[in-house]
Amino acid sequence: MNSLIRIKELSKSYWRESLEIPVLKNINLNIAEREFVALMGPSGSGKTTLLNMIAGIDKPTRGEVTINGMDITRLGESELAKWRANNIGFVFQFYNLIPVLTAFENVELPLLLTRLSRTERRKHVETALSIVGLEDRIHHYPKQLSGGQEQRVAIARAIVTDPLILVADEPTGDLDRQSADGVLNLMDRLNSEFGKTILIVTHDPHAAERAKFMHHLDKGDLIKSDTRRE
Amino acid sequence: MREKSISENDIQIPMKIFKLVFKNAFRHKLRTLLTILGIAIAVIAFGLLRTVVTAWSAGVEASAADRLITRHAVSFIFPLPYYYRDKISQLPAVNEVTYANWFGGVYIDKNQFFPRLAVDVTTFLHVYPEYLLSKGEVADFKRERNACVLGKAIADQYDLKIGALMTLEGDIYPGQWEFVVRGIYQPKFSTTDASQMLFHWDYLNERIKRESPVRANEVGWYIVKIDNPDNSANISQRIDALFKNSPAETKTETEGAFQQGFLSSSSAIITAINVMSFVIVGIIMLVLANTMIMSARERTREYAVFKALGFSAGHLTGLILGESLFISMLGGGFGLAMVFPLVKGFEQAVPKGFFPVFQVEPITLILAVSAVILIGVAAAVFPIQRALTTKIVEGFRFVG
Repeated sequence: MNSLIRIKELSKSYWRESLEIPVLKNINLNIAEREFVALMGPSGSGKTTLLNMIAGIDKPTRGEVTINGMDITRLGESELAKWRANNIGFVFQFYNLIPVLTAFENVELPLLLTRLSRTERRKHVETALSIVGLEDRIHHYPKQLSGGQEQRVAIARAIVTDPLILVADEPTGDLDRQSADGVLNLMDRLNSEFGKTILIVTHDPHAAERAKFMHHLDKGDLIKSDTRRE
Repeated sequence: MREKSISENDIQIPMKIFKLVFKNAFRHKLRTLLTILGIAIAVIAFGLLRTVVTAWSAGVEASAADRLITRHAVSFIFPLPYYYRDKISQLPAVNEVTYANWFGGVYIDKNQFFPRLAVDVTTFLHVYPEYLLSKGEVADFKRERNACVLGKAIADQYDLKIGALMTLEGDIYPGQWEFVVRGIYQPKFSTTDASQMLFHWDYLNERIKRESPVRANEVGWYIVKIDNPDNSANISQRIDALFKNSPAETKTETEGAFQQGFLSSSSAIITAINVMSFVIVGIIMLVLANTMIMSARERTREYAVFKALGFSAGHLTGLILGESLFISMLGGGFGLAMVFPLVKGFEQAVPKGFFPVFQVEPITLILAVSAVILIGVAAAVFPIQRALTTKIVEGFRFVG
């Protein structure tokens, strides 16, 4: 199978004065289209940093991140911003919704960067919200929603532009078990039904079980890869 | 559902950004309202102080370049002989000479201040064409010995109509002085003093001749209308040369310089007021900057989200600058709206004639609007710089 994501000899270090602190060490990883991948590891293992590089919001010290044939490490900031708008959907642990915007307006945000008309945007937003089961909450503000609902709005915002890849950093980290299951079921469905390539970072083995592949990191090294389910 | 064409020129983005600017501005309602109130008060104070400064120098503004003032070389308070008039009139390039005496006096009580001048009725209104009277009023004024004309502002303030009697208690020229109002002049320009009372110098002089002959035939100052303002220095020198080594030497200068001479004694106060008006702008700039810095700091994560979603530096700049300008303009607009009634109230609170012209000048409005825009832009600079330079991953880690 062709790889959608190719990571080659990827390293990332931070510098504290003259001391180099490696976060990722020479990572090589291929991820195919339509995969559901979990990145696991203890705190400080580098899993979020790896996810950020794949999502194009952080740059490596060395190595390549090729997505759909394009080495995104070579892109400038504005090119990268456009690339992200076209290709990546983000889901965060703390939802990161804009509190002064309604669910509809939050989901509409990424579409403002497209040429879609107002009517088309409305249609897209309503579709995304109906996929996450919140079509009856479109005029609610984040503070009027539960944590699980907020995360589902965040997922709707992530999928509304139909991105190539959905990246989720601890998407269930701030949710109770029931809400977490709801979010994981939704991601499962996005992967199996809509064919989205999904990468999640999680501590939670229960969440990681939903992924088809699990990659374990420790102290910046990719130490193990498992196939969890078919 | 995939849409690949990305455009930052979509007209809907600025509209949505403006909507977000509006919502962001009122996210902390109390903080924003206090900031708006602070800006409004600063603009009011700026407008009021600038109006005081412009009112103070209104006399200079109203001066005509073709009028010279000849006064006693020692001091304005010493009179000049009446016969100087003929000597000055004979100089070439002098078109007309008129004169005036400061009468002083008390009308109603000592708090009712406005300039009362004894003038030569045949020439004064030629030299001061900015005092607009009808032909009938001029004729009536000239005909009656005890006639006077009033500026419209004074006539309105004391509700004096044509034919009204005015009694003044003299101080410089003791005794009771009775006048009948025969004209109310309209100011030709916004800077023209409409708070003066003018009456016959002859009326004053005749009585002084009877009651205090040594003070008769004296003039407070001469006003010399010349044919060309470019010759003012030369003519001034020639006038003063006429009376060199006489008992009453003269000092001749342009009307503007003469008015400026009055201001020089209070120039330190005017400078202080001027400086204070701009200090207020500086202070309120810091207040808004503080509000914007706090707001931007609280939204560090949100800006990271915007950047992650693909919004550009231009969008973030628009978001922050828009909010800053929105708050400053709201405060500035409210302040400017309040300046006019407050200036009116201030004008009524000070004695009439203290500031002959007291109004919000266009330059004050231009300066206030410019200051409001400058405040809005300056207050946004640091938050914008911070939002643009903070990396996305650092923004997500930020705990406000």
